[in-house]
Amino acid sequence: MLRESLRMAWRSLVAGKLRAFLTMLGIIIGVGAVIALISIGQAATSSVTSQVQALGSNLITVTPIRSSGAVLYPQDAQWLKQVVPQISQDAPLLTGSVTALYGSKTYTTTVMGTTPPSLKIQGRTLAEGRYLVPSDITFRRRVAVIGQTVVQNLFPGQNPLGQTIEANGTPLVVVGVLKASGGAFGANQDDVILTPVTTAEEIVNTTQISAIIAEARSSSVAPLAVAQIEAVMNHRFQNQNAANVLSQDQILSTLSTITSTLTLMLGGIAGISLLVGGIGIMNIMLVTVTERTREIGLRKAIGAKRSAILLQFLVESSILSLIGGAIGALLGSGGASILSHALGWQSGVNGPAVILALVFSLAVGMVFGIWPAMRASRLDPIEALRQG
Amino acid sequence: MAVAAAAVAAAADRVATKMADVIRVEQLQRVYHLGAVDVPALRGIDFAIPQGQMVAIMGPSGSGKSTLLNLLGCLDRPSGGKYLLAGEDVGLKTDDELAEVRNARIGFVFQNYNLLPQLTALENVELPLVYRGLSASNRRRKAEAALASVGLGDRKHHRPLELSGGQQQRVGVARALAGEPDVILADEPTGNLDSTSGQEVLRLFLDLHRAGSTIVIVTHDDEVALYTERTIHLRDGIVVSDGPIPSEQRRGLDERGAS
Ligand SMILES: Nc1ncnc2c1ncn2[C@@H]1O[C@H](COP(=O)(O)OP(=O)(O)OP(=O)(O)O)[C@@H](O)[C@H]1O
Ligand SMILES: [Mg+2]
Repeated sequence: MLRESLRMAWRSLVAGKLRAFLTMLGIIIGVGAVIALISIGQAATSSVTSQVQALGSNLITVTPIRSSGAVLYPQDAQWLKQVVPQISQDAPLLTGSVTALYGSKTYTTTVMGTTPPSLKIQGRTLAEGRYLVPSDITFRRRVAVIGQTVVQNLFPGQNPLGQTIEANGTPLVVVGVLKASGGAFGANQDDVILTPVTTAEEIVNTTQISAIIAEARSSSVAPLAVAQIEAVMNHRFQNQNAANVLSQDQILSTLSTITSTLTLMLGGIAGISLLVGGIGIMNIMLVTVTERTREIGLRKAIGAKRSAILLQFLVESSILSLIGGAIGALLGSGGASILSHALGWQSGVNGPAVILALVFSLAVGMVFGIWPAMRASRLDPIEALRQG
Repeated sequence: MAVAAAAVAAAADRVATKMADVIRVEQLQRVYHLGAVDVPALRGIDFAIPQGQMVAIMGPSGSGKSTLLNLLGCLDRPSGGKYLLAGEDVGLKTDDELAEVRNARIGFVFQNYNLLPQLTALENVELPLVYRGLSASNRRRKAEAALASVGLGDRKHHRPLELSGGQQQRVGVARALAGEPDVILADEPTGNLDSTSGQEVLRLFLDLHRAGSTIVIVTHDDEVALYTERTIHLRDGIVVSDGPIPSEQRRGLDERGAS
């Protein structure tokens, strides 16, 4: 009987193609939107996550809060490592804005004074040359390691190694070039000039550092390290809020909470359009039942049971919404892949979301089809045959 | 021994009545309720139709012909009295059981054909067999045979709108035949047809009758009644006359067919 119902439903839908398509449109848009938005949301989440992970493993950032009176200097990095045993290595960051000059070109960027461990802590890799070495710090050498964005702006088509740039008037010899690492949340990690922290003190004319970056011995002790750092900072500056201490884990979980909430919200909004699509199906099915009253009467007169009529109309609405769902899934996944491709994310289509949307659209067809189908099955054959 | 023999005889007797009377109605009544008003459409009808008979039901408009045919076709339930179809009391059945009875025992022919426009002639004829749950090949075979028997073997794949009125009604007759019912019920089957196509359809019924089918036709047309062997006249919901049309008034099919 189910096979026959499928056949009959198919015939009716083919008989009214345009109407069937218009009815499906609501479901197509609903399912398409759900899949596209969820897929894009998930792709965005995984892209952000991988960028954060690329920043370095077990990274902890300690930012003193100036308003609380907390001030840190370069040598405090060593102090912190000594008082917090969970830290395996750390480095100061002394940052400031500089205008860099090379030949006739000028470029405004960030200078970051630091020490050799920052290479590994920040998860950077060298493309050419060397990174900072301990003696650079000791002897305040005027050397620089530059990021790809700086290379492109000051040395287009040239090898920067061994060249001298001027940063706020201080000459710096380029000894190393970093590999591109991409941007994370709007901050371009490649737009930077790294110098010995002692040299940076001269360039930006301050001895206060903006942060200490530290690496926990393992991800399992990272939360402990964060707590310890907070404690020693608060104790040292006699303030309950002396520093912002953020571990990479915390950043990750905060970010993923934000992105998954966003994904859910978008999915929910798209879900509403699916609901509207379902109501559209119900509406059309009610019209169909009214229009086909005679057909229903005839079918009953020649021996169709109530269940057979119910099944026929239920199958019809289910097919409508399932086909709509399939088209929507196709369009939604297509849209999501094109967009993720354009944004350079990994293939964005979310398999479970596609399956879920198909199941959901089938359910929409059944739920919103049941009432019209019941009405059809309850028609009195004599009354029904008399109409039209 | 004697008791057993009597039981066998009684059983044989029951079988014989079953075989003999396809339709038996006793004091059949149908009252429509229109708000507070009761409309008695049938007020106690008695008759029996033996296997193989062809009966015309006549009477003025509003006399209850369609009401009676709907009851005979198990589309409706009587308000009083009894209806035995092939020996079974139909009044005791549930809606779904009635649907089965309609499917297995009744073949309906409607004044306005009632073919489904989205289906081909063949598929329309197959429809009752679909609800009987026959396999597709079985269905197809029976439907093709039925279509061939109404002379539309070459129009199987036409849709109703591609057929003339007479052809559509022949498809309707084929649909009624396909399930090999105990009785064929037709409510003014020629009412929408011009006289030529009407004659064709009528001849179809006569052929079926001669092949052994039991047929009940509701008609306004005196001429139709001339072909049947029995005419039941209704007026205001009761039977006013029941019997064969006098033979001098009857014209045989053969005369007609020859002319
Ligand atoms: N559904 C209904 N509700 C109320 N009254 C009805 C209904 N159907 C029929 N009647 C009444 O029952 C009576 C018999 O109607 P029926 O349709 O059986 O007549 P008929 O002999 O078939 O007439 P016609 O030749 O015009 O088709 C009429 O008085 C009619 O008004
Ligand atoms: Mg009538």
